Amino acid sequence: MTYQWLLPEFIEDLLPREAWKLELARRGLLDLFHSPKFDLVIPPMLEYVESLQLDAGHDMDLLTFRLVDQLSGRQLGIRADMTLQAARIDAHGMNHTGVNRLCYAGSALHTRPAGLNASRELFQVGAEIYGVDGLSADLEIQELMLEALRLTGLDRVTLDVGHVGLFRSLAQWASLDNRSESQWFEVLQNKDIPALKAMAQGLAPEYGRVLARLPELNGPARVLEEARDLLPDTTDIRKALDDLASVASHFSERVPINFDLAELRGYHYHSGLVFAAYAPGCADAVARGGRYDEIGKVFGRARAATGFSLDLRELLRFLPEA
Amino acid sequence: MMAFDGVTLALSKGRIFQDTLPLLKVAGIVPQTDPETSRQLIIGTNRPDVRLIIVRASDVPTYVKHGAADFGVAGRDVLLEQGSEGLYQLLDLGIAKCRLMVAVPQGFDYAAAIRRGGRLSMATKYENMARSHFAKKGMHVDLIKLYGSMELAPLTGLADGIVDLVSSGNTLKANHLEAVELIDHISARLIVNAAAWKLGRTRLEPLVEAFRQGVKAE
Repeated sequence: MTYQWLLPEFIEDLLPREAWKLELARRGLLDLFHSPKFDLVIPPMLEYVESLQLDAGHDMDLLTFRLVDQLSGRQLGIRADMTLQAARIDAHGMNHTGVNRLCYAGSALHTRPAGLNASRELFQVGAEIYGVDGLSADLEIQELMLEALRLTGLDRVTLDVGHVGLFRSLAQWASLDNRSESQWFEVLQNKDIPALKAMAQGLAPEYGRVLARLPELNGPARVLEEARDLLPDTTDIRKALDDLASVASHFSERVPINFDLAELRGYHYHSGLVFAAYAPGCADAVARGGRYDEIGKVFGRARAATGFSLDLRELLRFLPEA
Repeated sequence: MMAFDGVTLALSKGRIFQDTLPLLKVAGIVPQTDPETSRQLIIGTNRPDVRLIIVRASDVPTYVKHGAADFGVAGRDVLLEQGSEGLYQLLDLGIAKCRLMVAVPQGFDYAAAIRRGGRLSMATKYENMARSHFAKKGMHVDLIKLYGSMELAPLTGLADGIVDLVSSGNTLKANHLEAVELIDHISARLIVNAAAWKLGRTRLEPLVEAFRQGVKAE
């Protein structure tokens, strides 16, 4: 093997022009976070593999590179995402009882490229708010995400907003068992309409009719009104729709906004509002985030939490020239 | 390449193209050339804002995932085999219908072979679907990946049986095989890139609606 100059697949150098673009964007973003007082944390590249994943078998498990620690004999993982590390630090390392705002910027590795042209090495930048369970934190984080995207050269994004609590409440309402809940999750997340219709046939008509129409609740703010007519009027569902309506009125003047009530990305760990930003010419979201109130529990302390992150390497082509 | 800001639909030559034509016609879209006779891979239509690209059936999801095409017409077999992450399956077009089946030589006692719990070998193009099907049944099966003429495998002793798409069953019959187990029903789906759908609903919705009308009319 004489190709010593060759890099592994989906791994790349950043040459000066790109390297400067990324570094200046990193600084710009940290300056942005610094001014509204987000504290910076620098978590380690590797940790015990159990700390890097919520529960085995899910996506993050397969995305994590593993190796054996020669000191402890235990299995270590190279982080595939920094969100969980920030949650661990908040839950355990800092012992705040009040509001805690954290931000981070660093590399993460994926065993497989997430997108088609994606690098397996990400440069993840994100910000999280812990200890606020009200809507104000969700709005603050979404605003920060839009501001961060503006700084990275993306000023024409569409905000896509959903609420995983809706489907969770509906699953309860229709008394779906775990197995069928995860089947429904899959067809809803893939908007596999033919499969959805077939599955709705298997439910009592009053439940099937509602669940089968969930993917239609996708579009501008008026779908929230349609949702009020269609969905059962339970406390949780009413609260979720109210929150979504507040997001709509908060951002409607500023940014195109799309609601997708069947959007269930991160259903395993998200607990409330979820959002993502899409930009023309990108085959995937350019930034994502959402509420994940239960995550701290695996580290001993559940805390209200919401945050967003983006991958600067993925956004290189939009970054302003250095 | 000239920038094209209309709607791009990816589909494959042959049966899928022929069966999609009537649906497109209901939508008021008529291709300007026939891909069977032309070597052009990008085909314009009577509508300046709609074009077709002709790709291999198994490449349709890749084009749509990349955003190189907004829509695609892809068989459910291809979607199941390759995974459909990042794609939405908006519509069952009800065309190119067939079944994914297990077939063995006539007279081979498949049920008994399973009961004995022995290892079977199966030749197939659809490794992922075959693997998950046999895993669900708790069967030990060694898969042999082939790219075509699957029916030959059991006849030449390469494998005990095959997993393949069956539409009329004539090819099986001609080669003294019989279908013994249904794995899944297959038909073509209208797929869309998830990000494109979220960004450009208003631009893309009319074509989906037209397809929906077309499917209803069929």
